[in-house]
Amino acid sequence: MAEQPTKPDNTRIIRRLLLTVVGMFAFGFALVPLYNVFCDITGFNGRFTDGQAAANTRSVDTNRTVNVQFITRVNKGMPWGFEPEVSSVRIHPGETKVVNFLANNPTGQNMIAQAIPSVAPGEASLYLNKVECFCFNQQPLAAESKTAMPMQFYLDPDIPEHIHTVTLSYTMYDMTENATPDALAAIAQPVN
Amino acid sequence: MSTVVGEMDQHDDHHHHAPSGITRWLFTTNHKDIGSMYLWFSFIMFLVGGSMAMVIRAELFQPGLQLVDPHFFNQMTTVHGLIMVFGAVMPAFTGLANWMIPMMIGAPDMALPRMNNWSFWILPFAFAILLASLFMEGGGPAFGWTFYAPLSTTYSSDSTALFVFSVHIMGISSIMGAINVIVTIMNMRAPGMSYMKMPLFVWTWFITAFLLIAVMPVLAGAVTMVLTDKYFGTSFFDAAGGGDPVMFQHIFWFFGHPEVYIMILPSFGIVSAIIPAFSRKRLFGYSSMVYATAAIAGLSFLVWAHHMFTTGMPVFAELFFMYCTMLISVPTGVKVFNWVATMWRGSISFETPMLFALAFVILFTIGGFSGLMLAITPVDFQYHDTYFVVAHFHYVLVSGAIFSIMAAAYYWLPKWTGHMYDEGLAKLHFWASLISVNVLFFPMHFAGLAGMPRRIPDYSVQFADINQIVSIGGFAFGLSQLIFLWLVIKCVKGGKKAPAKPWEGAEGLEWTVPSPAPYHTFDTPPEVK
Ligand code: HEM
Ligand SMILES: [Cu+2]
Repeated sequence: MAEQPTKPDNTRIIRRLLLTVVGMFAFGFALVPLYNVFCDITGFNGRFTDGQAAANTRSVDTNRTVNVQFITRVNKGMPWGFEPEVSSVRIHPGETKVVNFLANNPTGQNMIAQAIPSVAPGEASLYLNKVECFCFNQQPLAAESKTAMPMQFYLDPDIPEHIHTVTLSYTMYDMTENATPDALAAIAQPVN
Repeated sequence: MSTVVGEMDQHDDHHHHAPSGITRWLFTTNHKDIGSMYLWFSFIMFLVGGSMAMVIRAELFQPGLQLVDPHFFNQMTTVHGLIMVFGAVMPAFTGLANWMIPMMIGAPDMALPRMNNWSFWILPFAFAILLASLFMEGGGPAFGWTFYAPLSTTYSSDSTALFVFSVHIMGISSIMGAINVIVTIMNMRAPGMSYMKMPLFVWTWFITAFLLIAVMPVLAGAVTMVLTDKYFGTSFFDAAGGGDPVMFQHIFWFFGHPEVYIMILPSFGIVSAIIPAFSRKRLFGYSSMVYATAAIAGLSFLVWAHHMFTTGMPVFAELFFMYCTMLISVPTGVKVFNWVATMWRGSISFETPMLFALAFVILFTIGGFSGLMLAITPVDFQYHDTYFVVAHFHYVLVSGAIFSIMAAAYYWLPKWTGHMYDEGLAKLHFWASLISVNVLFFPMHFAGLAGMPRRIPDYSVQFADINQIVSIGGFAFGLSQLIFLWLVIKCVKGGKKAPAKPWEGAEGLEWTVPSPAPYHTFDTPPEVK
């Protein structure tokens, strides 16, 4: 290659390198969906497949008990109060349980919020199945009112032996500005 | 540099005459001019970033808050890091590449001289923008050089757009530089200069250029996402909108770890030129050096999450990244072994380039060892975000990358200026730097192990003594670099006339041309046997 007497062809190399640059720039953005798919499949990073689990038909493993803890917080600047009715429950894998989460909107405005869940350890998120959860939808709450929001779940009996404690945490975000039509319709009618 | 102009007029009447004064530097497409500008620019940035380090160390001299307020302190750590990485180390390597690669492979210039001019001249603007942002209301970037979301999105000041813009410019500059290096090496080698005959500095830069092409666009993507999250309502990193802040760290470190190798591979090339020259022996294991460099570059894409052990990754991922990281020390060990083997039974002399190269080998290895400690997942839970990490990366970057750049400057100054530098002053610079750099960074290991967090303007009193020692080392190191500034100016202005080959054991085409190197070299390609 070096022996070529004529002027060597730079443009071919440059074109390929520029294509690589464009490709890697696109790859940086492609990491976003890749990351989400990866985390959803593996449950890494405590992510959920947000979907609703089928009602539990599995047998209950009464030989084991797992401690499920609940943590709640509100995003910075979010004025709501938000907390679980109980801070933890001890359940057998396979057993279905309902836990209420209490929210109150102390402001003078109707608001809409959404809770984003996360599970620790991440591995456990694959085995925590929610039959019903307030986090599936945006939650409207009228000015100066409170509500109890149910969450029904069970642990898959296949949950690995070494997991004794699962922590489920929710962060409540203000979605009033980005509300879905359903949530807007709900808040338009007087609540209860 | 006036000497270079003089030489040009004598030697190259058949070439167009470069304009004089400022336009010469503005419009130059000559690889030596551009190399010199890169080197001066990088040195100025080194001093600017260094002054910020002095502010940091002055504030940390005593516990409590005395000199600057915490927000300004955070801006200092952030901009110090950004300037040193993108303004000092990387442009210094690009400057060396510009000067040396064409001369080392027997080419008349870089392959794309006009682009070369652009890739340099956009850099001062990038850093002017970054520095100007410090004076904006709300201050400049204060989120660390790693600009983790949501610090850089939700909680950052209005100047973030300027930060993003300046990083984009730096990235474009680096990518253009890298394309130029690759095309030059692939197409401009002199007859007979096969790939496996290229000097290691050329090889390591060749591989570095590919790393740059691969990861600088990812950095550009990351800052773009920060920009749109902050100003245009996207939620890449915002959980409220379905994004994820941890994903920021994945994207950043996918760039970030290869980036640290971008800052060290050219050093390996420099040291591989200097150690054989002053040991008067051929480099031991040339081809294993090439393969080890390529292996390090390849592995550097598989280790990024060692910066994220404490983010709650699953055990499997932690183990994967731990083992891959440890694997990198194998090719790195090959290199250190080869340098030592090169010196073995050599007839060594200790001129300043060699002193810096030797210090590099020893101190870089210390940095490699602390890296190995950090790579052990369970203990990283203790070390992460403490001064231990600060000690680690300063050993690899200051006594590693910067020392190798100093070594290169001493080694090639006679070729650049035509004068020998003042050896006495150089020795003073070396010993002052060597001692102060260790006083500065070694105690940081202990502060970190004892639990002192990084990026903090105040600390509890039990760390007072250590910090005082560290700060004294810091001031001494900062002052020592002024010796170097003085020495370089002196050497440019005059000094003992340098022969074409001032170092007895040096090898390579650059020593076959006169000193100072004429404005145009190898217009007719040399014959390489
Ligand atoms: C044997 C080789 C190396 C190993 C095993 C290694 C390992 C590590 C690990 C595990 C960390 C993360 C520590 C933490 O945040 O808890 C780290 C941080 C760092 N390393 Fe290395 N490293 C090596 C070589 C290098 C080299 C050659 C450079 C640059 C020239 C470098 C620059 C850095 C930097 C800048 C950071 C800190 C980044 C930040 O958080 O700001 N390392 N290293
Ligand atoms: Cu790394």
